[in-house]
Amino acid sequence: MPDDASSKKAAQKSNLSATKDELLKYYRDMLLIRRFEERAGQLYGMGHIGGFCHLYIGQEAVVVGVEAVKQPGDQTITGYRDHGHMLACGMDPKGVMAELTGREGGYSKGKGGSMHMFSKEKEFYGGHGIVGAQVPLGAGLAFANHYREDGRVSLTYFGDGAANQGQVFEAMNMAQLWKLPVVFIIENNQYAMGTSVKRSHSDTHLYRRGAAFGIPGMEVDGMDVLAVRETAREAIAHAREGKGPYILEMKTYRYRGHSMSDPAKYRTREEVDNVREHNDPIKRCEQRIFDAGYADEAALKDIDREIREIVKEAADFALESPEPAPEELYTDVLT
Amino acid sequence: MARMTMIEAIRSAMDVCMERDERVVVYGEDVGYFGGVFRCTQGLQKKYGKHRCFDSPINESGIVGTAIGMAVYGLRPCVEIQFADYMYPAYDQLTQEAARIRYRSNNDFTVPMTVRMPTGGGIFGGQTHSQSPEALFAHVCGLKTVIPSNPYDAKGLLIAAIEDDDPVIFLEPKRLYNGPFDGHYDQPVTPWKKHPLGEVPDGHYVEPLGKAAIRREGEDVTVLAYGTMVHVAEAAAKETGVDAEIIDLRTIVPLDFEAIEASVRKTGRCVIVHEATRTCGFGAELMAVVQEGCFYHLEAPVIRVTGWDTPYPHAHEWTYFPGPARVGAALKKVMEG
Repeated sequence: MPDDASSKKAAQKSNLSATKDELLKYYRDMLLIRRFEERAGQLYGMGHIGGFCHLYIGQEAVVVGVEAVKQPGDQTITGYRDHGHMLACGMDPKGVMAELTGREGGYSKGKGGSMHMFSKEKEFYGGHGIVGAQVPLGAGLAFANHYREDGRVSLTYFGDGAANQGQVFEAMNMAQLWKLPVVFIIENNQYAMGTSVKRSHSDTHLYRRGAAFGIPGMEVDGMDVLAVRETAREAIAHAREGKGPYILEMKTYRYRGHSMSDPAKYRTREEVDNVREHNDPIKRCEQRIFDAGYADEAALKDIDREIREIVKEAADFALESPEPAPEELYTDVLT
Repeated sequence: MARMTMIEAIRSAMDVCMERDERVVVYGEDVGYFGGVFRCTQGLQKKYGKHRCFDSPINESGIVGTAIGMAVYGLRPCVEIQFADYMYPAYDQLTQEAARIRYRSNNDFTVPMTVRMPTGGGIFGGQTHSQSPEALFAHVCGLKTVIPSNPYDAKGLLIAAIEDDDPVIFLEPKRLYNGPFDGHYDQPVTPWKKHPLGEVPDGHYVEPLGKAAIRREGEDVTVLAYGTMVHVAEAAAKETGVDAEIIDLRTIVPLDFEAIEASVRKTGRCVIVHEATRTCGFGAELMAVVQEGCFYHLEAPVIRVTGWDTPYPHAHEWTYFPGPARVGAALKKVMEG
């Protein structure tokens, strides 16, 4: 299929640059997600987190890059690999971790778990465990923005697997029909659980998923926080100006299994190691920092130390917070 | 006060809500320009504009999914699924999203959304235009389910539904849209304008969700019914001479346990009537409620009169439909016990 005029691969931008404060912030935010997820993986292994737990390790540049150009009030909604989005939105790591351990101090009092958390204060609309089900909701948020004329944009994330769900196409059609301010961000980490994109998508270029509706799309190097930031800036502006939805296909990679119970035998160790070694989003950010002379290794180690402390506090809180009282099970069902 | 059909009463409810509250938007398949397949939204687009009453593509999952997104961010969408039989693509959104967001967001977000759907048979619609799926909603905690039986209730309950902070499924028995059909398919139906419950106030009023209504007081047997079956039960009581107390449940979630138990304790007998198929129909739940709350007051086994456990047939519709003859036979039988 030839590229549609409305879709394009992002031009390689050689002139990507950022200030010292910006780059150090992105570095810190990505590192927080990585260290948080590593700790969550450990707590899972120790039996403190049960059930399902989908780690974001490897994909950090996507959400941090988008967050960098989001305006106050813009909403974030995503699927089940959601811890990174919550931390990037500014939600408290303690509350997120305590939700993973099913404790009262969690964002949903422990009743939601890893996939099901919200925050009104941070405009975070979940946390959805059904593949693709959040996408029509994201379009609905955008409808409300449009209706209320409040200038907000809905940032609706989903994965390469969800991109095949029928209701995603329903949402795209409605969003374009009504020119809704929504950016559909496809986090293409190349595997829908154990099924590779090649084995499940008739067209593997997911930025063209909106071609039938005339929605422009762009393929983005999702391992480069600055490439993400610049394309997100463009897409969000397009949506905010009333031009309708935009699709960003973030080419990314998850290092860990789909969930904690996935041994990831559908790909080789070399494949994973190769990405870790040559295309890691945090290392790439680090390199930019060194190249620009913004900080040295010692300074970055200090940041890591601070972050490890934040994550330790979150883990301690998540283990110390009590389980919710049994009567909590019956609260917040109906009025 | 005006004389209204159920269609007009439902339209009037949306009209009143749109007038009073800018957050209310109305959409669905053919809902805007065309005014709805049963004309329930006729004139609303003209009055309130295309931004508040509009057509959606034919995609039920998308309709309900976008409505949930609107509702969590401050709007009060009232959407139409053209027939209840078309709701299955949206069932995922209703059960996994709408019904659960309050619970999993620690009460941060609610879904003040109403989903209207014409339900039930009696119109030769066959298996994809006649279903009564109320039990599928009642089984999902986090949804409220309403089924009115007349224009007065339809308007008051729909206003209550739209103003409610929880997601409400509003099932409209389509055979009742134009008159109180009592199952006598071979006789003309009295129009609503000749029925006392076709008297509907023009303005705002609310019938509370969770309150049953006693349609006929009686001493011998309690009939639990909703929607079209309320009128069938009235005809059956009249024709058999059994002094039945007919309770119109109006909402099945929340359920008015008090009204049910008070009546069955008084009469000692109970017949449950619905049009939906029998196995795991809402009647099974009602039997359990009666057994749990009134066992020592019962003088006879509780009887269910329901649709058969088959797809809704096109031929022999009136054999499938639990009409006054079958309900009458049940009334007599329960009196023998």
